[in-house]
Order: sequence, then structure tokens, then C-alpha cells
Amino acid sequence: MSRLTSVPHSLPGPDDIHRAELSNGIVVLSRPNHNSPSVVMAGYVLAGSLFDSDEKLGLSDFTASALMRGTAKRDFQQIYDSLEAVGAGLGFSGGTHTTSFSGRALVEDLPLLLDLTAESLRCPVFPTEQVDRLRSQILTGLALRAQDTSEMASLAFDELVFAGHPYSRPDDGTPESIRAITREDMAAFHAWAYGPRGMVITLVGAITPAEAVAQVERVLGDWQNPQQLDLPALPELAPLARGRRRHVPISGKSQADIVMGAVGPTRNSPEYMPASLGNSVLGVFGMMGRIGDVVRERSGLAYYAYSSLSAGIGPGIWEVSAGVNPFNVEKTIELIRSEIQQFVTHGVTEQELEDSKANFTGRLPLSLESNAGVAGALISIERYGLGMDYYRRYPALVRNVTPAAVIETARKYLDLEKLSIATAGSL
Amino acid sequence: MSDVTRVTLENGLKVLLKEIHTAPLISAWLWYRVGSKDEKPGQTGLSHWVEHMQFKGTPHFPGSLLDKAIAREGGTWNAFTYIDWTAYYETLPADKIDLSLRLEADRMANSAFDPAEVESERTVIMSEREGDENEPLFLLGEELQRAAFSEHPYNHQVIGFMDDLRAITRDDLYRHYRSYYVPGNAVLAIAGDLDTGQMLTRIRELYAPVAPAPAAPPRIETAEPEPGGEVRVEVAGPGETTFIQVAYRAPAAAHPDIFPLAVLDSLLSGPSNPGAYGGTGISNKTSRLYRALVEKERTVSVYGSLPVTIDPFLYTITMTLHPERNPEEALAALDEQIDRVLQHTVSQDEVTRAIKQARAIFAFGSENITNQAAWLGYSEMFATYDWFLNYLDNLAAVTPQDVLRVAQRYLRPERRVVGTYLPQPGEVDE
Repeated sequence: MSRLTSVPHSLPGPDDIHRAELSNGIVVLSRPNHNSPSVVMAGYVLAGSLFDSDEKLGLSDFTASALMRGTAKRDFQQIYDSLEAVGAGLGFSGGTHTTSFSGRALVEDLPLLLDLTAESLRCPVFPTEQVDRLRSQILTGLALRAQDTSEMASLAFDELVFAGHPYSRPDDGTPESIRAITREDMAAFHAWAYGPRGMVITLVGAITPAEAVAQVERVLGDWQNPQQLDLPALPELAPLARGRRRHVPISGKSQADIVMGAVGPTRNSPEYMPASLGNSVLGVFGMMGRIGDVVRERSGLAYYAYSSLSAGIGPGIWEVSAGVNPFNVEKTIELIRSEIQQFVTHGVTEQELEDSKANFTGRLPLSLESNAGVAGALISIERYGLGMDYYRRYPALVRNVTPAAVIETARKYLDLEKLSIATAGSL
Repeated sequence: MSDVTRVTLENGLKVLLKEIHTAPLISAWLWYRVGSKDEKPGQTGLSHWVEHMQFKGTPHFPGSLLDKAIAREGGTWNAFTYIDWTAYYETLPADKIDLSLRLEADRMANSAFDPAEVESERTVIMSEREGDENEPLFLLGEELQRAAFSEHPYNHQVIGFMDDLRAITRDDLYRHYRSYYVPGNAVLAIAGDLDTGQMLTRIRELYAPVAPAPAAPPRIETAEPEPGGEVRVEVAGPGETTFIQVAYRAPAAAHPDIFPLAVLDSLLSGPSNPGAYGGTGISNKTSRLYRALVEKERTVSVYGSLPVTIDPFLYTITMTLHPERNPEEALAALDEQIDRVLQHTVSQDEVTRAIKQARAIFAFGSENITNQAAWLGYSEMFATYDWFLNYLDNLAAVTPQDVLRVAQRYLRPERRVVGTYLPQPGEVDE
């Protein structure tokens, strides 16, 4: 069908992404969008669980969760009263390398959103009563996690593939480590882990680039922290000698979860795109790719069975996940194993690869339609050094991947002899 | 708002179109007036299973090609079955939307319901239900609905009972499909980078030939008796966390009391998105219940849910108990707050705040074409599109006296079911 349209097919690029660096090192990224009267903010500081000891694992994440429990300027109820009264939202969450934040507001409330972001980052006070209340909430969250077959299979899988590496640990800690953390630990952590160096903040929405920089400068331009430490270097990951298997028993569950796979490439590796397209064929494209076809469509074994590739600063994960009746766990593992074998032996067909390529380029407008989608894209560009023209080059990056590159990458990462398999549930 | 075009084709299909030229995308939603409320005992889960079968293909669009066709064009699609309705959508680059139009016109009448596919999908849906059963709040919610409705089909979950999933036949499914998937029972709502005139021409080409139904499909009209007193249910299961749900019989969406009740919900438990799709992005930490329950360490979380439905359904408050408290302490703290709204008018400030929050939710939602298209057809399922258009005005007209009146009408203890999920930490397998 023909159409009349006035909408340019515009992907973010060097001519409409604005990047500025404040004198204290904070990078400000912005892209205007005046279609709706709102602004999305996203960003991160270089404070993550890599700093955490095993005994106090979760300190970074707990600290992030506690930032808005009270600052030198406002108490907990005042902070949330300001936000909720205008329908704005703001949250912080701890990761392995970073503590990230995101928020949104109507454009007239952006100054408030930035004030609260800056206060939370710069002068949190960690009130004892609030910290203890939050601790109970986190402990309940961990108790629920311990009952969640999907999450527990994932945690066990991380322990298998990242044995001996910090990535084997859950960022949010364990009940024991969360009980061991004090408010003084948090205050100390905040004092040396939070600072402007390495911080990135992105504003996308009804705001010009100049306003964006001025607004960030106003609240964060004078932030200094001479004590700010660099994150510990990421150790090398020792390759597994052979595949490993672990089961987490959880009683009384109707469904068991399976996670199996291996480590994957880093986000900025040249192998990322062939792995990503290969992963699409294996377990994403259409109704969960080949994995979905064999496990769900042809065998009727599962409601969900798919593969995923997650990639970041360090080694990533390439895994297949499925939720099945406990009785069908072994059968499903064998089906998945044989699909992976097929994948690494024969690779992908030209047609399959073309389909996934069309999907990768065709979905860009959809993934970048919202302010939040664009903010996420800008963060990735900065974080992984992808280049301001990444989304303009993207179609060519996708187009240039060959079936040979896909099979080569698949063979490198998905070695059948070294697959790790984690299960959780009532077997 | 004059920017929405509304047309009804001769076969009864209602069409709503809205041009939004902010991104080169179009989102098309096809809504059917059928859901789990149209299921008889022994046939629960029928509507949801029919929705699954709609992805299995027609002679013209074989199932294996459908997903691939959408994905190849860079689109996304999905479907939802609810107690009152079933909806299908595709969001695609604007120049590819014809695929969605052709596909939905075709599967309105021509889905195959191949017996082998029915059998394969039976175990998929049973697996979906097993996944649900892993969740304490699913188990509790199922008991709560069963206790809240003695006659009305809102007494079961959309996914259906396991015994029914074992027993339903291919013919049951096909009969349900042919009864309800007819143009006069559907609303096609499309928003995005479209030209209204061209789009209407294409819609007529594709949808006018779909034969109208011989008779209007039967919808189950069961009047549920007024609640006769507080009911309490308990569910035991694995874990170490206690959940409490308190569900009050609510008014139907088309009843004017829904607006003051939405304001009351907002100030009790935080803002909600009135649409079927998309969240709020707004926390609820200054709501009355959060302050009284979470800040006082009776619970670790609290939220409310007021779904808008054809028949009176439930306003449900869900609490996750603090590990060092018992359920009665949490319930007593909740009741103190309910008593407050039963006995005192709320302040105008609180009402104003609820309205500002709703305005923000609408503004955030308007960033996204899929969301806007969803809004277009959604309220047709229980009222008309005007319900949605007038939503903010209706909220803005709510007074503190209205809030007091609906509190006294709907939040009385005899109108509620209290459900508790009691963890059995010692439980072992089998």
C-alpha cells in the first residue's frame, strides 16, 4: 500500500546527538524530540558490585537503592512527595560495573527531576531507620528470588560459566551479605565510589541540547570528589575445561527452568554482530527461532523456550532458557543440545540470515521511537564506544555479516563439550 | 477530539483511525468482544486457547510463515486475552502495515484449527499454566476470584482450570472461534503514520468481504448477587513470604462511580494507568497505604488494582507481608486506612494530585504509537472511545464528596474477600 508521509526516517547520528563534557568529566548526551511534552533521563556513575567484597556482596546495589531514602536536603517522604505530586519518576539501580539511574518528567518538571537526581548522587544521608526498612524489603525480595525457578537457574548458570570470576556473583547479594551491611558501609562506599569521573547523563525529549547541558551544569557542574576510586580491573576469565551441570532444588513447584549455554563476546567485539544474528536464528526470530520451533511448536513442551545473547564491558552470556514440566527436563535439554549441535555444525542458511538481517534493520524505527529507546541507544554509544554514527552505520554492519562469520562465531562460543547446564525446581 | 475517524462497515466491523506523524510507524489493533467471561464451567480457558490457535495459521498464511513475515519486516506483534476481550496487534514500519491488515482480515474467518496443532498447543498452554502455578500470587488470585463470584464467569482465571485444559476439544475451540470472531463483534483501531482516506479504502477492500455473522454472538449475562458478607480464603504453598489480597466488589467501567473510585485508588495505593497497555512510571511511596503499611513496617509492599471491566469486577489491594509481622497486623493497619476514607472526606489537594498524575501518564504514553493505537480500541470493549477521550475530564470533575460516597458504597467489609497466601517453608517434594 502506498502512503503519504511527512515523517523522515531519522536514526540518531552525529548531526542530532549532542555530546558535551563538563569540566569535572561528566558527559552530557542529548537528542531533542518535541513530539510530546516530556523528557526521559538516563545515565550512570562508575560504582558497581566489582567493588563489593564477598562478605558484603550487594553493598553497591543496596547503596543505590538507599540513595533516595533521604538526602541532606530532603527526607524520604519529601523526595517522593516532590516526584509523585507531578507524576514524575526516578530510580537508581546497582549493576556490576555501574550504578545506573533513569527518570522521566513533564518538561516543566525537569529541573525538579535533576535536582533530585543530583541530591541523591551527591548528598545521600542513609538514615538508619530507612536503611533497616529497606533491608527488610530487600531480604523479602531475596526470599522470593529463592523461590523463583527461572531466577535461580540463571544464578546457578552464572556460577558455572563464570567460576572464579566476579561475574559469577549476584549483584544484589545474598541474605547473609545483606544482613552484614551497615549504614556506615554505605556512607563509606558512597564517599569513595561515587563521583563525576566517568559519569554519563542523557536527556531525550522536549528540550534543546543547549538547555540540556545548562540544566545538568546547574546541578552537577560543581560536583568534585578527589577521593573517587577507579573500579578494580576485571580479571581474565579462565576458560572452562569441560561442561558443568548444577541443579537448584526448590520444592512444590509445578514448572522447572533450564538455562544452558556458555560465555559470549563482549559488546564492542567484532564478533558481537555475527553472534547476535546467529542468536536470532537460533532462538529469537519469529516465534523464538529454531529453539522455539523444536521445543514449543513441534514438541509442545514449553510455553517459552528461547536463546539470548547479553553482552557488556566484559565477557557476555549466550544462553538458551526454557520453562518445562519437571518430568520433561531431560528431554528438553537433549532437544536443545541437538539444536545447538545442528547450529554449530551446519550454521545458518542464507535465507535464515537474510530474514534476521531484515529484522535487525527493519526494527530500528520501532526500537528508537520512544524517548526511552533513544536514551538507551545514546547510553550504549557512549558506554561501549560504538561511535556517534553507529545507528547510521548499523544497516551496513548487519548487511556485512556472512554465514561463514556466524558459524565461526557459534563454534568459538558454543562448544558442545563445554556447555554449562543449570536447572531449578522440583525434579 | 476530531482527529479520530470512526466508521462502521456494512458487515458491522467498527473502524477507528488516528493519524500520528511522529515516527514512520503504524500500529494496528483488532479487538474482539470475547474473553473468559464468555466461558461456561468445564470450558474455562477456551478464549485464551483460541487466541493461541490464531497464531497457527490459515490456508493463505501458514503458521510457520506468520511470525517470520512480521519479524522480517521489523515489526512486533502479540495478542492478549482478558476476562472481557481478546486483542491482537501488529506494529510495523508504516510502509509495511498492509501485511497486518491482510493477516488480520484473513484470520478473522479462515484459521485452520488443525487437530494436530490443537494437541500440540494443549501441552503448551498446560505448561503456561504450570509456570503461572509457580507464582504464589497466581494461586491466591485464583482462589480469590473463585470466592468472590458464585455465579458470574469472572470466577475463573483467563488461562482456565487444568482439568478443562485437558478436556477441551478441537470442536469446542472452533465453535468458540466461529461464534465470536465475526466483523460485527470486532473493532479495528489503527494509529500512526497513515493517510486516513487511503487506509479506509484498503480496509474496505480487505474487510468488507468478510461475511457478517448470522446472529449476534451470545455473551453470558449472569447477574452476580450482591456480596453478602466478608469472605476469607487461605492458600498454602511453598516459600517463606506471606501475601494478602483484599478484593472489594467494584462497579462496572461504564458506571460513573468508576471515576471517583479511580481517584480513591490513586490516593490509597498510588496512580494506575487507565489503559490496558503500559505502566505509569510513577511510584506510590506517598500514598496513604504505603505510608501506613510499608513505612510502618507491616508490609514490604502494597499496591492496588482497579481493572475497568464490562461487569462489576474487583478492586484489589495486594500486600507482601513484612517477615516479622502477622497477617492480622497488616489487615488491621489496612482497615484503619479504609475506615478513614469511609468516615472523612479526603482533601481537595489529594484529588488534584491524582488528576495531575493521570495527565502525566497520558503524556508519557503518547510518546509511543503502539500505546496510542491500544488506547483507541480499548475502551470500545466496555464503553466507547469517548470513555477514554473524556477520562481526564471525568477525573477532574471528581469532588472530595464523590470520593467519600464511593468509599462508603464500595469499600464496606461485607463487600470484600480477604485472601492470604500462607507459606509452608518445611514442605518437601511429593
